[in-house]
Amino acid sequence: MAETETAEISTVNGGPALGGFSKKKLVELLSQMLLYRRFEEKAEEAYAIGKIGGFCHLHIGQEGAAAGCILPLRQDDYVISGYRSHTQALAKGLSPEAVMSELYGKASGVSGGAGGSMHMFGADVGFMGGNGIVGAQAPLALGMAWAIHYRGGDQVCVCFLGDAAVNQGAFHESMNMAAIWNLPVIYVVENNAYGMGTKFTRMSDTEMIKKASSHGVPATSIDGEDVVATYSHFEDLIETVRQGGGPRFVDVECYRFKGHSMSDPVSGTYRSKEEVDHQTENADPICILRDRMFAARLLTGEELEVIDGEVRSMVDAAVEFAEAAPEPEVDTLYRNVYSEINPHGRLFFDGRGK
Amino acid sequence: MAEITYRDALNQALAEEMERDDSVFLLGEEVAEYDGAYKVSKGLLDRFGDKRVKDTPISELGFAGLGVGSAMVGLRPIVEFMTFNFSFLALDQVINSASKMLSMSGGQIGIPIVFRGPSGAALQLGAQHSHACETWYLHAPGIKVVTPSTPADAKGLLKAAIRDNDPVAFMEGELLYNTKGEVPDDDDFVIPLGLADLKREGDDVSIITHGTMTHVALQAAGQLAKDGIEADVLDLRSLRPLDVDAILATVAKTNRAIYLEEGWPYLGVGAQIVSIIMEEAFDDLDAPVLRVTQADIPMPYNKKLEAWARPGVARAVEACKKVLYV
Ligand SMILES: Cc1ncc(C[n+]2csc(CCOP(=O)(O)OP(=O)(O)O)c2C)c(N)n1
Ligand SMILES: [Mg+2]
Repeated sequence: MAETETAEISTVNGGPALGGFSKKKLVELLSQMLLYRRFEEKAEEAYAIGKIGGFCHLHIGQEGAAAGCILPLRQDDYVISGYRSHTQALAKGLSPEAVMSELYGKASGVSGGAGGSMHMFGADVGFMGGNGIVGAQAPLALGMAWAIHYRGGDQVCVCFLGDAAVNQGAFHESMNMAAIWNLPVIYVVENNAYGMGTKFTRMSDTEMIKKASSHGVPATSIDGEDVVATYSHFEDLIETVRQGGGPRFVDVECYRFKGHSMSDPVSGTYRSKEEVDHQTENADPICILRDRMFAARLLTGEELEVIDGEVRSMVDAAVEFAEAAPEPEVDTLYRNVYSEINPHGRLFFDGRGK
Repeated sequence: MAEITYRDALNQALAEEMERDDSVFLLGEEVAEYDGAYKVSKGLLDRFGDKRVKDTPISELGFAGLGVGSAMVGLRPIVEFMTFNFSFLALDQVINSASKMLSMSGGQIGIPIVFRGPSGAALQLGAQHSHACETWYLHAPGIKVVTPSTPADAKGLLKAAIRDNDPVAFMEGELLYNTKGEVPDDDDFVIPLGLADLKREGDDVSIITHGTMTHVALQAAGQLAKDGIEADVLDLRSLRPLDVDAILATVAKTNRAIYLEEGWPYLGVGAQIVSIIMEEAFDDLDAPVLRVTQADIPMPYNKKLEAWARPGVARAVEACKKVLYV
């Protein structure tokens, strides 16, 4: 992998199209990304008919980042993210049933229906949420990395941020502390160029890759539409950080094919239809990998159909499961506000809790 | 029993709990090499090393979040705010992360963290350093709030807060650090959260209060006694969980009460207490419950004006006489 070093900043340039990966590995990446895509398409449908409520931010177009950054991790590594995180939760090992049920607000959801689209949690598999406050996950990731360091462990924490989150103070405070204490955390910006309707370049005079440099955190930029390059890059980075190499910052370039959330237009005001069409046609991480595999004769049309059929039936099963699952009971509401109800004194003041 | 300062009582609680449980660590500005802005963490760096007593940059939001994140994966952080005034920069992590995490994760991720430091006015520190911060933390379900008034309470309650599995805001009195009192030496001297303490007994009127104002209440009770009026002084100690039984008991006994607090009146602690008494002990009352608070203005610097703006003994005495109609 060719890396052009400029001080601590570098851009990772392509590398071999299929990275020398085995067919098995490539098929795994492809089927994972297809699962994410089909899952989000189903969520979109369910939202349109009122089965899913609230804010719902789809990851369609950015699957290369979820697969490339998360699949190289171990289960005991941590991932934390923002609100655009259904597919990241799947990548870290939560089941489509549990994530879909959460979207449906059902008791069988990952957070028992208390979280919803923006608050996916899977502590058992190291998926640590699911945060609705832009940038708030940066200090939380720092804390998990601190805990790893404190205990002398060799896990890694990956923190996903949107491009707009790097203008939060929380991000810069976290980068600084990660650097001074050499913590095992990778800050990943899923740089889809927009925060809602605001283009990154309108709100920042510096390029994304320079956001880390004054803190002394080495930064790289990678094309997130190329899942193979992203995966290889993260395999290396994760190993470096695991070995005590300290924090890293990665600008993962990608593009959001849908609106910011379900209620937003795909294009029209802040970005043109031509731009979206161009990206959708040329920068789809799934099509890019598929075409390279076709060209290398590592995939046939029939094989692809089989894979797609499999993931579609997984997603259908998840929807069926979510539809059939029970609603959470009202009496669960007070149970998870405090983990410890002290034997003395009153904790709830509404006359409804105990 | 030994007579020690409030500061040393806190220091003992920290040291004993860090000794007891190696997942407990302290972080904040100046806590390590400087021994703490108020010297509460004196000697802890030498004893426990720089992993467990950690100086941070001046990044309240960031290091509060670091604490919360570390608690998400099982550590038991104690985050020191140099004063709670500065914790407003960290409130996003306190409210949006710490207080809501357990609930929004469906019970998966609890946050056993203590946020501690002084709260309330000291002397002539002006508007930005004199803030009583209880209500900012009390408003959000998911957090517990504790306000010790004596060295013994400081030690016993801090140990309980550190052992508690939920976020606890532990608000110390800036003017109390040098005060002395008897404190049990016992390593397991823990005062459970949610128990008020009747610091003085009397049948005529109840002064209900918390934190630093407990001392003002006791002085007011002393003055009232000269006029033959005997006051109960109920120190709530923990505001959430709240010892409602103790509040109702004192009101049932005296039939007259005031709430004395350092903070502002609007939606202050007293507003909540008055509401509880009104809803649950209305028939016990012989007079409306009055509140004595800081003046409803940012704290002025000028010494005389500051003294005027504080709640104070004279105002507490006056309020008690008012509810007694004397
Ligand atoms: C602190 C905060 N401010 C504002 C918002 C509202 N908001 C939600 S998403 C968003 C844009 C964030 O964009 P970006 O970080 O680029 O992530 P993306 O949505 O592109 O994945 C905004 C302004 C919020 N949730 N939190
Ligand atoms: Mg964005």
